[in-house]
Amino acid sequence: MEEHDKFKSQIRSIYRLLATLMLLFGITALAIVYLISDPTLSFFKEPAAVEEYVVTPSEDDFDKIENGIHVRTGFKDAEGLMTVVNNCTNCHSAQLVIQNRMNEERWKATILWMQETQNLWDLGKNEDIIVNYLVTNYPPQNKGRREILRNISWYDLTE
Amino acid sequence: MKRRLFLTRTAMSSLTALIGTDIVFGALIPNGYTPLLLQDPDPFTLFKKDKDMVVLNDKPWNIEAKAHLLDDDITPNKFMFIRNNGLIPENIDVNTWTLTIDGEAVNAKKTYTLAELKTKFKSYTYQLTLECGGNGRSEFDPPAKGNQWTIGAVSCATWTGVRLRDVLEDAGFTNKAVYIGYHAADVHLSRDPEKEPISRGAPMAKALQDETLIAYKMNGQDIPLAHGYPLRLVAGGWPASVSGKWLQRISVRDRVHDGTKMTGDAYRVPCNPVAPGEKVKDEDMCIIESMPVKSLITYPQSGAMIKEGQKLNIRGHAWAGELEVTKMEYSIDFGATWQNCPIAKPKNRLAWQNFSASIAFPKKGYYEVWARATDANGTSQPMLLPGWNPKGYLNNACHRIAIKVT
Repeated sequence: MEEHDKFKSQIRSIYRLLATLMLLFGITALAIVYLISDPTLSFFKEPAAVEEYVVTPSEDDFDKIENGIHVRTGFKDAEGLMTVVNNCTNCHSAQLVIQNRMNEERWKATILWMQETQNLWDLGKNEDIIVNYLVTNYPPQNKGRREILRNISWYDLTE
Repeated sequence: MKRRLFLTRTAMSSLTALIGTDIVFGALIPNGYTPLLLQDPDPFTLFKKDKDMVVLNDKPWNIEAKAHLLDDDITPNKFMFIRNNGLIPENIDVNTWTLTIDGEAVNAKKTYTLAELKTKFKSYTYQLTLECGGNGRSEFDPPAKGNQWTIGAVSCATWTGVRLRDVLEDAGFTNKAVYIGYHAADVHLSRDPEKEPISRGAPMAKALQDETLIAYKMNGQDIPLAHGYPLRLVAGGWPASVSGKWLQRISVRDRVHDGTKMTGDAYRVPCNPVAPGEKVKDEDMCIIESMPVKSLITYPQSGAMIKEGQKLNIRGHAWAGELEVTKMEYSIDFGATWQNCPIAKPKNRLAWQNFSASIAFPKKGYYEVWARATDANGTSQPMLLPGWNPKGYLNNACHRIAIKVT
């Protein structure tokens, strides 16, 4: 009998130990789940002012060149590229520049117009670098009075 | 900063949809952190545009359609071009939005809330053709400065709103009134609050037309943000820049409105024809009013190959600014001969008109189908580029598609 009681109490203590371990495990699990959802424990803190983060790739990637193209803007990689990027993509996108084909005189007139009406700053020595980049890399093409149709994607039409 | 917050608010909620997958550890993204993706949002999702639309410029947004995307009788939002001069306004609150009528030629300034406009005045719905003055600019030689639109900066949606005339009459204007000029909530590219990206207008005669609306609905729904939500002018048949978006104020002027893009080369063409590339003095430039006669073949898409003996069914739209299109023709021999085809009446004045034809080809080979509309004054579309002008406006040369018979 004594042996039987002893066995019973052993079972009880093992049961208590297991129950305690389960409880501890449960509490830990809950804490981990909470930390995942609120790693800064903000629930227990005064709400702080919202800060803005912007993740930009490292400096090397930011001005990456691929196949002769400045990836971020689409500009051709050539002499004067970064001067153009830094002065001509603050207000409008590079796409507006790339679409246009002008000679030196008309680019200079366009720069003057932007300075007079669009808050463009004095470009100083950079103006020649920029205009030279533009007329060299994006020269006007002769189109005549009407071009032929180009880039036709042919497909079968059955009705 | 504000722009980013705005984008975050609108786009965060649909972040999952936007990138098509759950963000792993999404819950770990700190408050205020903007994933790189949202700083350069996908315009097709942002503006609910079809993937085949062409982005010419992302700052400011300028997006155009292709001919075959404009096949619908009534242009849905997904195929409607976007022409922005500045940045789309942020933090639009329809509960506090007002329209003010002021200017030299009103007795007193008057302000209306959106609710007042909608309840006080009768509403009208019209289908109205809006074409960018620079549509077709890409074809000019020497090249003209600006967004290089090809053919897709035109639309014909239904617009619902109140007549500008009713509002101007309620506000009261004097016999000194010459022109109206609009002022809007969009933001200058330089973010200079003193500058307006665009502030154009129209002579009183156009402002007082039945079809000139202060609109609050497009195709039966709230106007999409990129198209002027919550309020815009719609002046069909004139350069679309007259139809100011995000409308807040209309000035009744005692002179021709002199707001941004009313002067210089903007929306003005030489009063007398000039040689290509010629310099034109400021005083020799005239403001564009009604747009010229024009048409588009919207079916089939260019590049169709058909079997010998198979007929080709074509269809499209034609419009002529203030006028009606009275004749529609097509040619399959580069203009040597022209065939008439039926042109339907417009749904209302200033709406585009539908045409269709069934074409038989004499033998195998490469063809182009050219379309030519003629307006009520007998003026037709040219096959070659019309008169050169410094900013490349008003290119209404015939549209054509390529066909192969095999």
